[in-house]
Amino acid sequence: MSKEFWRWIESRWTSPEKDWRDGKTITAGVDVGSVSSQAVIMVDGELYAYSNMRTGSDSPNSAINAINWAMEETGLTLDKIHYTVGTGYGRVNVPFAQKAITEIACHARGANFMYGPTVRTVLDMGGQDCKAIRCDDKGKVVNFLMNDKCAAGTGRGMEVFADLLGVSINDIGELSLKVAEEPPPVSSTCVVFAKSEASGLLRQGWPKDKVLAAYSSAMAHRIYTLLERIGVEKDFAITGGIAKNIGVVSRLEKELGIKALTPKYDTQIAGGVGAALFAKAIIEREKKK
Amino acid sequence: MVSAGIDCGAKTVKVVILKDGRVVGKSLVLAGIDTKASVNQAFDEALGKAGLTENDVGNIVAIGAGKNEATFAKSAITEVAAASRGAIYLNPDVRTVIDVGAEEGRAIKVDESGRVVDFAINEKCAAGAGAFTEAMARALEVKIEEMGPLSLQSTQVVPMNAQCAVFAESELVTLVHSKIPKPDMARAIHDAIADRIVSMVRRVGIEKEIMLIGGVAHNVGFVSSLNRGLKAEVIVPEDPEYVGALGAALAGTGKPR
Repeated sequence: MSKEFWRWIESRWTSPEKDWRDGKTITAGVDVGSVSSQAVIMVDGELYAYSNMRTGSDSPNSAINAINWAMEETGLTLDKIHYTVGTGYGRVNVPFAQKAITEIACHARGANFMYGPTVRTVLDMGGQDCKAIRCDDKGKVVNFLMNDKCAAGTGRGMEVFADLLGVSINDIGELSLKVAEEPPPVSSTCVVFAKSEASGLLRQGWPKDKVLAAYSSAMAHRIYTLLERIGVEKDFAITGGIAKNIGVVSRLEKELGIKALTPKYDTQIAGGVGAALFAKAIIEREKKK
Repeated sequence: MVSAGIDCGAKTVKVVILKDGRVVGKSLVLAGIDTKASVNQAFDEALGKAGLTENDVGNIVAIGAGKNEATFAKSAITEVAAASRGAIYLNPDVRTVIDVGAEEGRAIKVDESGRVVDFAINEKCAAGAGAFTEAMARALEVKIEEMGPLSLQSTQVVPMNAQCAVFAESELVTLVHSKIPKPDMARAIHDAIADRIVSMVRRVGIEKEIMLIGGVAHNVGFVSSLNRGLKAEVIVPEDPEYVGALGAALAGTGKPR
């Protein structure tokens, strides 16, 4: 097996200040995506712990692994969590969740928490889809558009290029910005054809950074056309794994003429954060009854 | 009168030499890295088979994505015009031509005289072209030429949700893990690509007779899926991948259709 260039960095985090034992309401949001899974634990509506890992071959196990990793060394156990909401592509396969909510709603809600209530447009660039979401000051979805049919403009497309060029997915963004002059974008839309086109460019003697620049700008343009269709209103936030790719983000910002808000948290946890917030709202509503 | 048609496709270069309305030489060469060299090689080979030299050829017409590489061609026409011209020559009853190549798919509606009435093209997405089957054959670890016969052994219909070739590859991995037999997966792959082609053909209208040309027409599994999807039997000519080049060579004779 050759080196797996698509492998991105998994992570987990626990709040250094908080203890779940002091909390009244403990909720969890588990986002099982096609490529990555996140478990987010919130105590009284504040971020307590999260994990972000690769989705395995079956969704239930991925959800369990994610929540176990988030709870690691905290002394917290599943039975202490009052309510769990599942979201993402595998949301109906989260065995310990009481409810499933779409990732569109969760990403808007999560972005509202992570970036603040001024966010009106959320772009979620995931592993196998890309969503442009318009929302209000409460993080409620007003409108959205998504591409989940075609790998162009998704993380999976970038993984194909990481493997082709033998560059780690974590380094692609920086490397694509090393070019002295921006090359014309790759002309093929389809990732399969773009890969052949890129092979041709490499044979012509193009260096890796130039090929990456050409693909990154094609990808940024593809995402731009999705955003254009729904319209971008400030503030603008980007969630998902590709938000970590500075090469795509900076080219997209340039094309839009708008800067995205700087993330304070791991951009991949937005869906999980939204799900955990929904879980809290559900608990509070039930208590009032 | 001798004329030549050169079809510089995404994957292969095809040359057909016509003499007095008859095919006297043909050749197919992988386009490879140096398309220009491949074009020259295919042209020389076809001439050799015909027992002719370049000076004997009155007109040379090029088509295809790489047609500019055929620098010695006297003129160029569209792939759509060439495909319909070639198909009508082989069977005058043809009204719908379906052309599936490595990176493109086309559906063409022609009238009695072989004139193009309407057409639809997919050149943007691998899901409606031969590249899709190739990518899936790689994922299944099956030789591309075995995909067709393998899928004819299928005993159950397995749906594929993914349209995109990249996503379909991941989906195949899941199917492999759930122990779906390879023939059923091969059938699912051909059904998927046939679906895409059928929806494209519907846009121009399905009218008999229907001829399937292009390299993918060699794939019996795809033909079977396409027939099911169209609810009709397509005609597959001998040497379906040469029909475009044949049409180009016919256009080079200067004679009306």
